[in-house]
Amino acid sequence: MFENLSDRLDNVMHKIKGYGIITEENISDVMREVRLALLEADVNYQVVKEFTNKVKEKALGEEVRKSLKPSEVFLKILKDELLNLLGEDKVEIEVNKKPTILMLVGLQGSGKTTTIGKLGNLLRKKYNKRPLFVACDIYRPAAIEQLKTIGKSLNIPVYEEGKNDPNDIVRNALNYAKENNLDYILIDTAGRLHIDDDLMNELESLNNEFKPNEILLVLDSMIGQDAINVINGFNSKLPLTGTILTKMDGDTKGGVALTARHLTNVPIKFIGTSEKLDGLEEFDPKRMVDRILGMGDILSLVEKVESVIDEEEAEKTYKKMKKGNFDLDDFLAQFKQIKKLGSIEGLLKLIPGAKKMGLNNINIDPKDISRIEAIILSMTMEERRNPNIIKANRKIRIAKGSGTSVQEVNKLLTQFEQSKKMMKMFSNGSFKMPF
Amino acid sequence: MGFFDKLKKIVNKDKEVFKDNNEKELYDKGFEKTRKEISDKLNKLNKKYQKVNAEYFEELEEILIMADIGVNTVMSFMDRLVDRAKSEKISNPETLKELIVDELFIIYVNDEILVDKIKYNENGPTVILFVGVNGVGKTTTIAKLAKREKDLGKKVMLVAGDTFRAGAIEQLTIWGDKIGVRVVSTKENADPSSVMYTALEEAKNENYDIVLIDTAGRLQNKVNLMNELEKINRVIGKLIDGAPHETLLVIDATTGQNGISQAKQFKEITNITGIVLTKLDGTAKGGIVLAIKEEVGIPVKFIGLGEGLDDLQAFDIEKYIYGLFSELL
Repeated sequence: MFENLSDRLDNVMHKIKGYGIITEENISDVMREVRLALLEADVNYQVVKEFTNKVKEKALGEEVRKSLKPSEVFLKILKDELLNLLGEDKVEIEVNKKPTILMLVGLQGSGKTTTIGKLGNLLRKKYNKRPLFVACDIYRPAAIEQLKTIGKSLNIPVYEEGKNDPNDIVRNALNYAKENNLDYILIDTAGRLHIDDDLMNELESLNNEFKPNEILLVLDSMIGQDAINVINGFNSKLPLTGTILTKMDGDTKGGVALTARHLTNVPIKFIGTSEKLDGLEEFDPKRMVDRILGMGDILSLVEKVESVIDEEEAEKTYKKMKKGNFDLDDFLAQFKQIKKLGSIEGLLKLIPGAKKMGLNNINIDPKDISRIEAIILSMTMEERRNPNIIKANRKIRIAKGSGTSVQEVNKLLTQFEQSKKMMKMFSNGSFKMPF
Repeated sequence: MGFFDKLKKIVNKDKEVFKDNNEKELYDKGFEKTRKEISDKLNKLNKKYQKVNAEYFEELEEILIMADIGVNTVMSFMDRLVDRAKSEKISNPETLKELIVDELFIIYVNDEILVDKIKYNENGPTVILFVGVNGVGKTTTIAKLAKREKDLGKKVMLVAGDTFRAGAIEQLTIWGDKIGVRVVSTKENADPSSVMYTALEEAKNENYDIVLIDTAGRLQNKVNLMNELEKINRVIGKLIDGAPHETLLVIDATTGQNGISQAKQFKEITNITGIVLTKLDGTAKGGIVLAIKEEVGIPVKFIGLGEGLDDLQAFDIEKYIYGLFSELL
């Protein structure tokens, strides 16, 4: 997400550095770049215009002229103005009402049903909620089936009544929730066009009767200039409390993020970052600006790692590392932890300077990790503790047992030796991080 | 005769581009919002400016950008237009309007002979593969095309190749039952290539005319998923000569600049023969197809104008531009 936009802005910063001082003339040139970068990211035309005018005005202002490092001040201006567009502070989701009612709305194919699954998962994990999914997409074939499958895989109950009237369904679902002590009601609705009066009336009727605490508009982050029509269309009929931008793990430049809040004052609450059911992040404007400007997002990285790493396990490994008796079992444990982190590509991108280190284009096949697991699990305990004894015959046996080849076993053993060496460097302090 | 004149004739019903009034009505209805917005703006622009000047061009640029016509395409288009206006000494916005429509047409057509029909296989089943990112409307489009082909008297088979998304197989099966065509499927999470074998063998043996293959939505930067698609494509080619005979990339009309990246990257993996532009019945203009044609060279073959089974239309650039500009004329 945003990488391409970051690239363009990176070029801009480069230019500014080259100029040394900012003049009326060279700033116009730079602002043309900024303008194209934003338009190519599908940021709304009016927003782009406003933004570039503001940045230009500030860049020619007193502060920059007096500064010894105009490029740094310029970066700060960009950062401030981007933050201004994204809405400064994080807006949290409502979790305190009992029960809390949340309704997802949006165009067809924006990702509502998948997002319901992710939200339920997050609410349960982070806020200890007991969610109930309510199936109100009574039009799309198999939509209810899809929600049921997702509910089943998460072990979250799904309330459905087939193609009944949505108001009846929700009313009964609320009773069901009460009886079963469920405290967070998530309503999935059918995808619809904001100009479809009949279907918009249906949503209004749900809103009038149940007054959801949250009504979130789900938007595909690949959306173009029509975004503003869609948001305004839904917002004029329903009191939207936020938006969720989906499919941010694509190569979209996600300009809608810069449009949505600024033009409608509806905050962005979440972004969808993978097809898996844990691929939903709370939206934090400050962190997002850092990502847009290619400065990485170390906070999100740390949080993500903390959420899955078992501390005791990590402590044990660390001690072993220091003593230098880190073995293949520990290696396997490490891989299992990494696997829990989800997409590694996504993680690498959060590292500041990832692009410069060439980490942004790395592709890791999850199957590779499974193969490594299989190879280690095909070894005896003795072999795992003391990999030096793994010679030709043992390699053949391991390769057969894991359904891989001797080459792959060799590759793994080399990788293991390399990591061991790296760890030694880390623990005796001779290794410096590149940033 | 310039394209603009041709448009006028269409409006004056001198020449019938539309097969019948029903089709025209559907187009008109589907495009109502789209057309209204663009042409309202252009008309306002022409009323506001007696003479073409810098502000006029800026506002025109905004209209085109807001229609999601690609940024590069618009920028070079504007350069050409400004040049032409200067060299041909055009200062009247009304005259320039003709130029605008003409130039847009040229971008799309680009001196090529456009084939917008399905290429049928004459020696056995015609295989059409549907690809695209998540949520663009692949499954619904397949249902619509199946209905169309069945109505033409063809023996149609649907293949549920989306084994990933929950409910996808179910969705296609429901459509198949509704239309009354055979659906070949496997269980969720199975290797999608495996169902291709079963389906295509059956299609050959049972003399099906046309096989429509659904695939899981995938973002074009996901290497594993794109590799999977490559494999599906390869398997299909091994089973039936020359298959897939058509590979249609489904694109949502609300898509912005990312549409170009989708077209480029799917084209690298499969031999995309055309685009299906869906959800044109909303307020989105789908202008990105002009940029895709210009930059990647893929033409649009069908457009989706609604959720009904009959809301799929063969794409016609004349009608499309007519839809965008007819109120101007």
